[in-house]
Amino acid sequence: MKGMTIIVKKITQLVAPIIFLFGFYIVIHGHLSPGGGFAGGVIMAGAIILQILANGNILNNLLQEEHGMELLESVAIFLFMLIAVLGLLVSGTAIFFQNFVNKGVWGNLLSAGFIPIENIVVGAEVFAAISTIFIAMVVYNDEVKK
Amino acid sequence: MELLLVIILVLMIFGSIYSLNAKDLLSAVVSYGIVGFGLVISFLLLQAPDLAIVQVVVEVLTLIIMIAAIKNTQKEELSSKFEAKTLINYTLMIILALVFILIFEKMTGTLSGFGTDTMRMSQTYLQGHKITKSANLVTGVIFDFRAYDTLGEATVLFTAVIGVLTILRIKGKKDK
Repeated sequence: MKGMTIIVKKITQLVAPIIFLFGFYIVIHGHLSPGGGFAGGVIMAGAIILQILANGNILNNLLQEEHGMELLESVAIFLFMLIAVLGLLVSGTAIFFQNFVNKGVWGNLLSAGFIPIENIVVGAEVFAAISTIFIAMVVYNDEVKK
Repeated sequence: MELLLVIILVLMIFGSIYSLNAKDLLSAVVSYGIVGFGLVISFLLLQAPDLAIVQVVVEVLTLIIMIAAIKNTQKEELSSKFEAKTLINYTLMIILALVFILIFEKMTGTLSGFGTDTMRMSQTYLQGHKITKSANLVTGVIFDFRAYDTLGEATVLFTAVIGVLTILRIKGKKDK
């Protein structure tokens, strides 16, 4: 996939990190303000897609990135399951998805038990999933045109 | 606000009708975008910022992916001829629609009327910010009370990615 002109590349360099940071903010503050893992994850994936669209990429580099994203996605969904099972084991109540972490003070950043952890894990999962789909399409296109 | 909602809904209906009848697939996709972005505005008007954020980002990404798919395939829609098969399809469609309307009529009859509250389950949810200590009530519901649903959604996404990877890989190998 070819990149775009230098104007687009430079503006992407400025904007993409901010978009990524905004997505991360939405994931972390998911239990305080509107948003959460799903919305933040998709915004972070948008930053990656913007980078690929603007810069284009060498096939080898993208293949590496795809493998990394696949790994991140699998690890994230495994951690999500692990949290669910830990709720079953650690808390004495034996309930799937039992909120076993100390809940803290209402409205603090570190509060609401394991909800922030779940938000981060789901955010990573969605981010990796959507990036993988897009990168796979780009890699496929490059492979066919070769 | 209701007038604004009605205007947006009419716009969305026109957008979807145009996207059905458009000759060029690209203009069909773009006019379908009207539906998605109209949905964003109506979510905001109905005070659901969580859904609006997800909808606006997903809509943009879907448009990008759809346009990329159209650019790599053909632009024109395949012309369809009128055959005996088409007649059977249309009659089946009408019969199915009638059956669905009957079933919905029966189902909605048991619900309480539009606008009245159905507070059997949500009475607990409304106390959710005290129980889960999560300031955002929606996140408290989807990650604590309804975490099992969220697990299902994450699994659906995971399966979708595996499906995409499998299909694209097999074709890529064959072409080599």
